[in-house]
Amino acid sequence: MKRFAAVFLCVVFVGLSLFGCGKNETSTLQVEAEYPRDYEGTVLNVYNWGQYISDGSEGSLNVNKEFEKLTGIHVNYSEYDSNESLYTKLKSGGAAYDIIIPSDYMIARLIAEGLLQKFDVTALSNYKYIADEFKDLYFDPMNEYSVPYQFCYVGLIYNTTMVEGSPDSWGIMWDKKYAGNILNFNNSRDAFGVAQYYLQQDVNTNNKADWDAAFEKLKEQKPLIQSYVMDEVFNKMEGGNAAIAPYYSGDFVTMHDVNPDLAFVYPKEGSNASVDSVCIPASAGNVEAAKLYINFLMEPEVALANAEAIYYGSPHTAVTSNPDYSLQGNEVIYPPEEITSKMQYFQNLDPETLAYINNLWNQLKIS
Amino acid sequence: MKKKTSFFARTAVAPHMVWAVVFIVIPLFAVIYYAFTDAQGRFSLESILQLRDYIPTIGLSLWFGLLSTAICFILAYPFAYFLSQKKDSQQKTLIMLVMLPMWMNLLIRTYSWMLILERNGILNKLLTLIGLGTPNGFLNTGGAVVLGMVYNYLPYMILPIYSVMSKLDNNVIQAAQDLGGNRFNVLTRVIFPLSLPGVVSGITMVFVPSVSTFYISQKLGGGSFLLIGDAIESQFQSVNNFNLGASLSLILMILILISMAIMNRFTDDDDAGGLIV
Repeated sequence: MKRFAAVFLCVVFVGLSLFGCGKNETSTLQVEAEYPRDYEGTVLNVYNWGQYISDGSEGSLNVNKEFEKLTGIHVNYSEYDSNESLYTKLKSGGAAYDIIIPSDYMIARLIAEGLLQKFDVTALSNYKYIADEFKDLYFDPMNEYSVPYQFCYVGLIYNTTMVEGSPDSWGIMWDKKYAGNILNFNNSRDAFGVAQYYLQQDVNTNNKADWDAAFEKLKEQKPLIQSYVMDEVFNKMEGGNAAIAPYYSGDFVTMHDVNPDLAFVYPKEGSNASVDSVCIPASAGNVEAAKLYINFLMEPEVALANAEAIYYGSPHTAVTSNPDYSLQGNEVIYPPEEITSKMQYFQNLDPETLAYINNLWNQLKIS
Repeated sequence: MKKKTSFFARTAVAPHMVWAVVFIVIPLFAVIYYAFTDAQGRFSLESILQLRDYIPTIGLSLWFGLLSTAICFILAYPFAYFLSQKKDSQQKTLIMLVMLPMWMNLLIRTYSWMLILERNGILNKLLTLIGLGTPNGFLNTGGAVVLGMVYNYLPYMILPIYSVMSKLDNNVIQAAQDLGGNRFNVLTRVIFPLSLPGVVSGITMVFVPSVSTFYISQKLGGGSFLLIGDAIESQFQSVNNFNLGASLSLILMILILISMAIMNRFTDDDDAGGLIV
């Protein structure tokens, strides 16, 4: 019996390794652009958000591996968990990256501080696929520094078994009926945002009275809050441990797959839109390879694999028009015009205002 | 006899000195430098003065640190004594069990507590079965934060106390009993004073990480308990105000030095030698 098991395992291993090799040699990926092997053997340092690329899990396309096969460039891939920690790394100069994917307001800040370099996006053959509404965005009005990668919106996630009716306003986050069942963001900008939409403020105001008013609103809300969360929101909402949480649209799709009782709404007061775009830091050492990589990310097949893996919105027209795209026409990911017109982008605040709201945020935590 | 320092002894210590200077002394001066300057690198007391806003945070950290140290001591002392009275082979097994959780990463252990204490978590579900459940679970309370600290740092209290107790000379205890000491007297006048070095180093090893903790309070406290470790983390990670972060770190170091100085008064230098961190 033992011998049989050993033979069986041998067969399985041999089979697996043969299968693995066969898969490595023939890439089935269809690419449209030219990828010269001029930079073969060089290293490309890519710094991206966690779980923000199709990485080959569950039979998906391994984007980095395909790029390596195509160009011979070695991709050195690492991840960050917030725009701020990316900023700290870049600013301190301790690390050199060739590709980064920050969000809108952080791109504005990096440009203002000279930490990004210009490159000619129109020279990238796949740039033609980027939808017009994602060009000329406020942080890069001339499209000199960035190529949009994915976008998402903040909305309200609620558990239909715990919430009566269908809420349509941020006001539900102040409803005493749901005391102890409400979550809020555990980062100052997003948490203040919730209060600011409700108060119909400009989220980029530098008027301290506005921030004070939002702070009072958050203080009023604190006794009702179960906890301030970031990634913990997945467990809490999926497990029915909380009824209401503001979070990003793409992440709702992930949660809904686990717990079908969850629903999503864009509150009528508006909310936050954000775009993450691919940029090249000023300190990059392998700029030409970085441009190849950016062009590769815009390959229709690659962009589709990423959109399917991440569940965020894709600014890529070949993805959004592809009938095989599973999220095509999904109103959470691609809300209609009357909703997006009420969205506000976060902009880079001046240091004084940033320090002021951080102080308010600490006071909220202490209170 | 006075030992002469040989050439070999002096060169052998060199790598350690370099290590200590590069990774301890220089960063320490960097902390002091940032604490007393502003964003432009000019001398400034602004970030030191800003510490006033953080008095409640510092107070809460000290309170949680003291509380979890006290609970650890109350749990660990009888356990360490019990352990030292066991047969050798049993001691080994039990010590292994004490250390076993430390083989897992602190983040994973803490995250597991989150799932256990959650309102639909296993603990509340079990309690609900016998009619003792609470509608909100146990997460996001100060108690959950202290529980997390006690759970994570308990081995650091047990091990030093146990290591002193297992070396206690049984003849001393027997002598005390022969001289008419009852159990209570033997414990308070013989065993406890002899185990003091272990207690002191246990208290230090639990208090220091508790008072500076940040991850546990964020995960188990639901983001509602801002401890000094959280404040430091947010200054470096999200606000990018290195100066305030450094001055918070400085005050934390001073607090820890003061508490260690107080603790060291309770014990002779010789006994505590190898154990104090």
